[in-house]
Amino acid sequence: MDGWLTPEEWQALALSLRVATVATLASLPFGILAAYALARWRFPGRQILNGLVHLPLILPPVVTGYLLLLAFGRKGAVGQILDEWFGIVLAFRWTGAALAAAVMAFPLMVRAIRLAIEAVDPRLEEAAGTLGASRAWVFATVTLPLILPGIVAGAILAFAKAMGEFGATITFVSNIPGQTQTLPSAIYAFLQVPGGEGAAMRLVLIAVAVAMGALIASEWVGRAVARRIGGRA
Amino acid sequence: MTLRVELSHRFGAFELAARFEAPPGLTALFGRSGSGKTTIVNAVAGLLRPEAGRIEIGGRVLFDAAAGTCVPPHLRRVGYVFQEARLFPHLTVQGNLGYGAWFARRRPPRAEAARIVELLGIGHLLARRPDTLSGGERSRVALGRAILARPDILLMDEPLAALDEARKAEILPYLERLRDETRLPILYVSHSVAEVARLATTVVMVEGGAILCAGPAGEILSDPTLAPAFGVREAGAILRARVSGTEADGLSLLDSAGGPVWLPRVAAPAGTELRLRILAQDVLIALAPPAGISALNILAGRVEEVRTGEGPGAMVRLSIGEEHLLARLTRRSAKALGLVPGLRVWAVVKAVAVAPVSIGEG
Repeated sequence: MDGWLTPEEWQALALSLRVATVATLASLPFGILAAYALARWRFPGRQILNGLVHLPLILPPVVTGYLLLLAFGRKGAVGQILDEWFGIVLAFRWTGAALAAAVMAFPLMVRAIRLAIEAVDPRLEEAAGTLGASRAWVFATVTLPLILPGIVAGAILAFAKAMGEFGATITFVSNIPGQTQTLPSAIYAFLQVPGGEGAAMRLVLIAVAVAMGALIASEWVGRAVARRIGGRA
Repeated sequence: MTLRVELSHRFGAFELAARFEAPPGLTALFGRSGSGKTTIVNAVAGLLRPEAGRIEIGGRVLFDAAAGTCVPPHLRRVGYVFQEARLFPHLTVQGNLGYGAWFARRRPPRAEAARIVELLGIGHLLARRPDTLSGGERSRVALGRAILARPDILLMDEPLAALDEARKAEILPYLERLRDETRLPILYVSHSVAEVARLATTVVMVEGGAILCAGPAGEILSDPTLAPAFGVREAGAILRARVSGTEADGLSLLDSAGGPVWLPRVAAPAGTELRLRILAQDVLIALAPPAGISALNILAGRVEEVRTGEGPGAMVRLSIGEEHLLARLTRRSAKALGLVPGLRVWAVVKAVAVAPVSIGEG
């Protein structure tokens, strides 16, 4: 494979994998929390939270990217605090690409997990409570195992979405080779220069392979988990 | 340990106001659907917070509206067996059984766990998943799961309602053994007179959100004024009897307070104490010991109370030694025989009138 891809193309692939993995894993706890809140809790502002979670799905990605730049850029409200207090800079860094990918993938992740939570019979959780499990333990020992297939499905969906994220990423962190040039950005860049079609095509094939792989993995993992959990899952 | 409940709660137009005690043994909360039985049990378990009242078990306060105390469900040490077993689908039977035990601060010793598993006859199911179990097996596992959490009291909300007659007959003996072999007080919700007559040591009757009456099962079930609440065709008293032996013609002899009782072959070994539910409509009353009659069981007793209502029927409570029988006759017969309290009479019961399902242990 070494001779097949140029170092630049390798870099784009590796970066994309890293961005998508970090984006998925880092957003997963928040995704589970948001899904649980939307599925189970009744609180003022629930509709607003629901809207916020889904916004990236509906907004043009460029708008999401620009809003991220406004908020998390060096001069942005959040960006400034992160920079001054923690020394974290997101704009034009791979971490920013991960943030953009996570935000764009978040609605898909939350939807999948929320469906799984809504399918859990609350009476089972009630039964666990009468058997001595506190709320946290009920979640850890009953809810979580029962929604595991949904979490896996949501995470893989989010990963695939993060791999392909383009609009918000390029707006927020630009297209810097080795820094923020993910697979889609690289394909875009190669298509902008004469004679770049060959490289673009190779990356396109890789993108297709990764997407197919993710899909097959999600099916397989989902089925394996469902088998292990048994019953209605 | 005794459970003391006093609570009031309102849902829309329905108002629940209950006050009763459940002493050790099996206390049946009996009443029609919608009378508030499940609400009471949910309040004891902490799944529902009543508007007012106080709930304590063995002196431990679970809920006190006045003091603002409301112990969360997981700290109440209350075992709840739901109508639908509610087994965890992602755990094996073993995992389900161990679930409550894992949280119990006083984990049951291995030997006791093994004894419960044996008592419930679920030892061969341990590796199975709940979705591969039959309804009766599921009920027994749910029961075991609740007991192994070492609760101070067991709550059972119509645990047999979802089962067919054969499965019910399969579970009833386990419940009897549980009642007699563990010292766990049991609060048992039911709308089946047959179940109550078979299992209960104490009966609390719930009607329209209020407690109609409460007392020892023998008293309540033989109370002629309560017969309409049980349904006149279902009403019947409990007679205790001890198995003496079985003869060659397949009849078993039992000793009761009113004399010998013959029943079609009883499987229990000699010496076993049985509770016979004798339906009021299966009892005849005679003023002299009848002769030349096919019925085998003639029990000596006295009239204790005669209850007549609007209709043509009459309910008569007889005292048979320390125990009671209930007889349903017509007002005309009661009048013709001149039945008055204190009168010496003989109760006639056909041997085949006592169905096997009406014979319980204990």
